[in-house]
Amino acid sequence: MNLRRPSKNQPEVFEFNTSSLEEANKIVSKYPKGKQQSAVMALLYIAQKQNDNWIPLVAMKYIAKFLDMPYIKVYEVATFYTMYNLAPVGKYFVQVCTTTPCMIRGANQLVEACKEKISENENQLSTDKNCSWMEVECLGACVNAPMMQINDDYYEDLDKEKTLEIFDKISKGETPKPGSYRGRLNTEPENNRKTLMDIKNA
Amino acid sequence: MLKDQDRIFKNLYNDMGSDVAAAQTRGDWVKTSDLTAKGRDWIINEIKDSQLRGRGGAGFPTGLKWSFAPKEVGSRPHYLVINADESEPGTCKDRDILRFEPHKLIEGCLIASYAVQAHVCYIYIRGEYFIEGQKLQTAIDEAYAKKLLGKDAAGTGWDLDIYIHYGAGAYICGEETALLESIEGKKGQPRLKPPFPALIGLYGCPTIINNVETIAVVPTILRRGGKWFSSLGREKNTGTKIFCISGNVNNPCNVEEEMNIPLKELIEVHAGGVIGGWDNLQAVIPGGSSMPLIPKEKCETLTMDFDSLMAEKSGLGTAGIVVINKDQDIIKCMARIARFYKHESCGQCTPCREGSGWMWRMLERMAKGDATKDEVEMLGDVTNQIAGHTICAFGEGSSWPVQGLLRHFKKEIEERNNLDPIVQKKNNIPYLVDQHLLDKKNA
Repeated sequence: MNLRRPSKNQPEVFEFNTSSLEEANKIVSKYPKGKQQSAVMALLYIAQKQNDNWIPLVAMKYIAKFLDMPYIKVYEVATFYTMYNLAPVGKYFVQVCTTTPCMIRGANQLVEACKEKISENENQLSTDKNCSWMEVECLGACVNAPMMQINDDYYEDLDKEKTLEIFDKISKGETPKPGSYRGRLNTEPENNRKTLMDIKNA
Repeated sequence: MLKDQDRIFKNLYNDMGSDVAAAQTRGDWVKTSDLTAKGRDWIINEIKDSQLRGRGGAGFPTGLKWSFAPKEVGSRPHYLVINADESEPGTCKDRDILRFEPHKLIEGCLIASYAVQAHVCYIYIRGEYFIEGQKLQTAIDEAYAKKLLGKDAAGTGWDLDIYIHYGAGAYICGEETALLESIEGKKGQPRLKPPFPALIGLYGCPTIINNVETIAVVPTILRRGGKWFSSLGREKNTGTKIFCISGNVNNPCNVEEEMNIPLKELIEVHAGGVIGGWDNLQAVIPGGSSMPLIPKEKCETLTMDFDSLMAEKSGLGTAGIVVINKDQDIIKCMARIARFYKHESCGQCTPCREGSGWMWRMLERMAKGDATKDEVEMLGDVTNQIAGHTICAFGEGSSWPVQGLLRHFKKEIEERNNLDPIVQKKNNIPYLVDQHLLDKKNA
């Protein structure tokens, strides 16, 4: 279990804007009539996207009304799942995987790079208020370890230098190219491929 | 090595593109209606003949699972749910299927939905795989546009709608009943079984839940025949499997290989060998972090399938192989896995919620050498108090890796941790009120 607390500074009001509303209605229609509660996870994502990547308590209340369900049930879901940020995070939200397969390939170097470039502590905004980082559990790209996720994109096959380069690009406002940083094709064995060679060479 | 023509996932590394036109050149969506025209019983029997076992970790026979769905649709609709909540450390096979072979999965969904009479299929993707989910959504949209989904999907006469449901970073939602809870918009806490989801599942309706890889191989099995699939591998452990080889190897990779392939061949041939040579190997986690590790001596001859790993008191699980060489501290590696389980326990059952934290803290102490002698026994005791005393298999999943460590590396732990207990019993001193003062020098 992990303990998660909502932010102390909460906004007063929250409402879906038109595009969010449209998206939300589309998602509710995916589920059978009367089962609109199923849409709560997707709606929390929409609220998070609209509100600079975190979910205030008013948004949970708003979603509860929207889906005609008790507020506490929305609160339960928002606090149970770790991908809902209950407090503000940076515009560039860096998540470094440090679970065993990444750890044994040097994920601690990535953490060092985060500490040097972004902030000393996890979940602390960088000095330019643009970036924050945290350690997370397995992100499911173990073959491309060590890796990290920035917002939606995966950055793979990293080391400390390459991580620092990526952070440099971010601080200049550029979006670095996602994928492998050793130039290999997805999950193929680097320079050692023995399968499906006809297709590769075709 | 498996012949290339026997590989099911020809686009595993995305050499050809994942759109519908490229998928059709690989043989997807070719006369799907011919397969369904042969009837439900034929499909289920063919899958039973192929001896396909679920690829999500438990290895339950797929044909048997499908046959549990009620034969007639009653007042409640049937559902098909695809488990793409791949979060087991060491595993990243479903990710490649979602992004590079989405049409194999979608076609498999259509056939499986037809076999279990479901008109709606939900694909539950972990929230972190947002990009992969979008790629799958593009493929689904393509399929709708080509009339391969929707009303009379692909000319089969069967109506099917596929929806994606994103998770939000909870490992436990890979457990099938927790996954259903999550789709229903609740916390992902597993349900008691029975009733099994095949009868009472999503929204209380009959639901069949399968892993991505299981469903994605179905169309190929039906096209080439169950006999072909069962000719690969060995009895009851048939077919091909995507192995993910990560950790201390020279070329970590995903590769599709025949079941029952020797572990040494996977590591030496495909993954380019252990860093520092084979002799530098310390241990291997054979099937994702939940499976007990296997020490080097046994890795020499080990073959990778469900039953042979079971005989080694481990398991194939998801076939996520994590290679650990001698440069690593094995206790620290396991302590990190214990921390993962402590973080991911859903908190429903006390033995798991509390015990996973105990295991993590004890292992951290043991890694530093701060544990006492009797804690080694105590750790084993804690694992036994968790396994088998929880609603879902997370209890086993979290305690098996620790048990594996104790089974094979007990000596190392004991060498590092030879502290005496903090307070020793002194039987020669009669009980006094001030006993604690006497103990103080040990405290």
